[in-house]
Amino acid sequence: MKWARRAAMTFLVVVLAAGLLANWIAPDSYARQFRDLPDVAPSSQHWLGTDDLGRDRFSRLLYGTRISVLLAPAAALVSSALAALIGGAAGFAGGWLEGCVMAATDLFLSLPWLFLLITARAFLPLNVSPLASVAITFALLGCLGWAAAARVICADARALCDSDILLLARASGSSGWRLLRRHVIPNLMPVLSAQFWISIPVFILTEANLGILGLGVAEPLPSWGSLLRELENFSAFSAQPWLFAPLLLLVLTVSCFHVALENREVWT
Amino acid sequence: MKRRELIALLVVGFCRALPGAPGSWAQPGSQLRFCIHSEPKTLNPLLVDDDASETIRYLTGGVLVRLNRMTQQLQPELAIAWKMNRAGDAISFTLRKNVRFSDGTPFSAADVAYTIHRLMDPAMHSPTGDSFRFGNGEVETRMGGEDRIYIKFPAPIAGLDKLFDQVAILSVNSPNREMAVLGPYYVAENKAGSYLLLKRNANYWKRDSAGRQLPYIESIHIDIEQNRDIEMLRFERGEIDFIDSLSAENYDRLAARAPATIHDAGVSMDAEQIWFNQFPNAPLPDYKKAWFASARFRSAISESIHRADLARVVFHGHAQPAVSWISPANRFWFDARLRPYPFDQKSALRLLTQDGFSLRNGVLYDRSGRTVEFSLITNAGNSSRERMAAMIQQDLAGVGIRLNIVTLDFPSLLERITRSYAYEACLLGLVNNGLDPDAQMNVWLSSGENHIWNPNQKTPATAWEAEIDRLMRAQASTMEAKKRKEAVDEVQEIVWRQAPFIYLVNKDALVAVSTNLHNVHPVALQPQVYWNIEQLWMGPTRRRDR
Repeated sequence: MKWARRAAMTFLVVVLAAGLLANWIAPDSYARQFRDLPDVAPSSQHWLGTDDLGRDRFSRLLYGTRISVLLAPAAALVSSALAALIGGAAGFAGGWLEGCVMAATDLFLSLPWLFLLITARAFLPLNVSPLASVAITFALLGCLGWAAAARVICADARALCDSDILLLARASGSSGWRLLRRHVIPNLMPVLSAQFWISIPVFILTEANLGILGLGVAEPLPSWGSLLRELENFSAFSAQPWLFAPLLLLVLTVSCFHVALENREVWT
Repeated sequence: MKRRELIALLVVGFCRALPGAPGSWAQPGSQLRFCIHSEPKTLNPLLVDDDASETIRYLTGGVLVRLNRMTQQLQPELAIAWKMNRAGDAISFTLRKNVRFSDGTPFSAADVAYTIHRLMDPAMHSPTGDSFRFGNGEVETRMGGEDRIYIKFPAPIAGLDKLFDQVAILSVNSPNREMAVLGPYYVAENKAGSYLLLKRNANYWKRDSAGRQLPYIESIHIDIEQNRDIEMLRFERGEIDFIDSLSAENYDRLAARAPATIHDAGVSMDAEQIWFNQFPNAPLPDYKKAWFASARFRSAISESIHRADLARVVFHGHAQPAVSWISPANRFWFDARLRPYPFDQKSALRLLTQDGFSLRNGVLYDRSGRTVEFSLITNAGNSSRERMAAMIQQDLAGVGIRLNIVTLDFPSLLERITRSYAYEACLLGLVNNGLDPDAQMNVWLSSGENHIWNPNQKTPATAWEAEIDRLMRAQASTMEAKKRKEAVDEVQEIVWRQAPFIYLVNKDALVAVSTNLHNVHPVALQPQVYWNIEQLWMGPTRRRDR
């Protein structure tokens, strides 16, 4: 399956590069409204046609890719760091702290997240720029998405604490900080890394879900979520198959992340 | 025109409105199917407060007078004649004889008296009764035999006769109470959350010009379906017979696939609008409160918005620039002298300059040098409003204003505009079902809860709001239609000048009707399709009527 991993990585690099270079590649601004050309079919001028406000779909897809593909890993980094801190501390300390953290994690996991995100979004300040709004959305995702990963890391840390390696290290006189730096963190890195890679597609999909509810990235900034909203009118699919482009890109990107992740797990 | 002549004219009109009625007086097995978008909260006609319940009330309730949705005139129903006194606080009805409820109980003046007392009973908390509740005191009813009744209210009520369009008469004697009806249909089955089945009222009094008993259609199957896309698919599959309040996208889609099914009934009563938060205790910085309180600032925003583009791009041309709180669909009350604000950003900048704003390098600054930026909230999931907001964002960028669009779930939005007042500007639509301006007293009186830009004022905050208060009270206290119209026109002009609401567009009433349903004449008022339910009939595919 080496070829599949290579293909997936290549695709991800291309997508990332296209997003990063959107300013140069995109034929138009993502916000420019060609009001005389709303909802037109693909042409040499507009490769994926225009949306219902006359904005160039291809340009919006490129800029949306930049937002989703850059900010989802950032949110994944935040959530993985939080998970490492909370789960690692609980597993390492054990006892009542572990019990409390696990109870809190269970509670966190049982909450209806979509509704909580909607509520949390409603409490945020209104007067923020679209860029700040997108950063807030992903920061929220990052801050709220640690629980499942924390559980895994806590279990791993607990197992590690009970392992012969740590027993031997303790017997050799290693202090708590040294144990953490030399033994615990390096041994938790593979699982942390796996959690990080798993979170990226999850956050992309969550933002897409929020976007479909109209609660993701603010206008006029595009994201995959806001672009996917065009698919709400599912009866128009057969007449306008190019509307599938963002969905196709999302599915391919998420699939590629999974293929890449599988191989990373093999390495660990 | 004398009442008898009017009645005669209406009867003639009614008879002419029956081209190609079916051969038999009823169509055995015929069933009309359509969707409502939520479950009716009540089947008690006095407690109706939602669209779904109103649908059931319209189809089952017998009323004394009915507002003809096409002519916008009152027409006799259970009352064959009526007369209001000069003071406008009393009305007498002469009732139709030999009418029976759906369960066979005879109809008389005692039923009307019973209905009015139930309606006005404070313990009932009837939303319909609220329209009649002016002044303190009891309502008085006097019966003059079986077919005459005189009703006196504690205080004058403007447009009193039209309010009876909403009052479905209950039976005082029937053991079935609210389920005994005088309308064309009765509720035969109610499967919660799924459907309602209405069956033809065999005792319905109305007959067509050939003396055949109405209605023609045997039963009505009303499905509860929240998802408008699924409703659309079901219509295309032929599972339902009509859809009202179609979106412009769906209308255009049907126009391409099944042009015979679609109807644009012209501009509707619905308006989309923006307003700024002017509540004095709102948690906003003082400089923003000063911007929003300025009529010049609001007018400048209004002039910066390209309404024609909104109508063309967002509503695919099925809307028109809005000008007033009364839609042009409301033929009598709309002030036809008003014109929508033109799209004129130069004029907008002149107005802003007069208020101390200045445009530098494409950015607008106020007199203190602050950049002009504000947020606009609207409800998430409403794609038309989100698109309008995005277009307004681009329009305002043309005068250097940065607009931040925030979509919120509806409860959060309501919380902000009615309780916390933590918002700057809001984009929403108002659905107006009533024709009489009295129905909007709560919006226009400065003390009103729905005076949404600055509600519940103890004394009017501005001279123009005081003037609106005076005019609205004046029109409500006179019975002369001309004087009322003059006062309401003046209110419309003040609102146009002061722009507390910036009206954007009036949407068209778009409907899709199966070609199997006949004698359909869609209108702008609700209900748009089945307002003449008794005269509709099912039959072979028709060519487009219009």
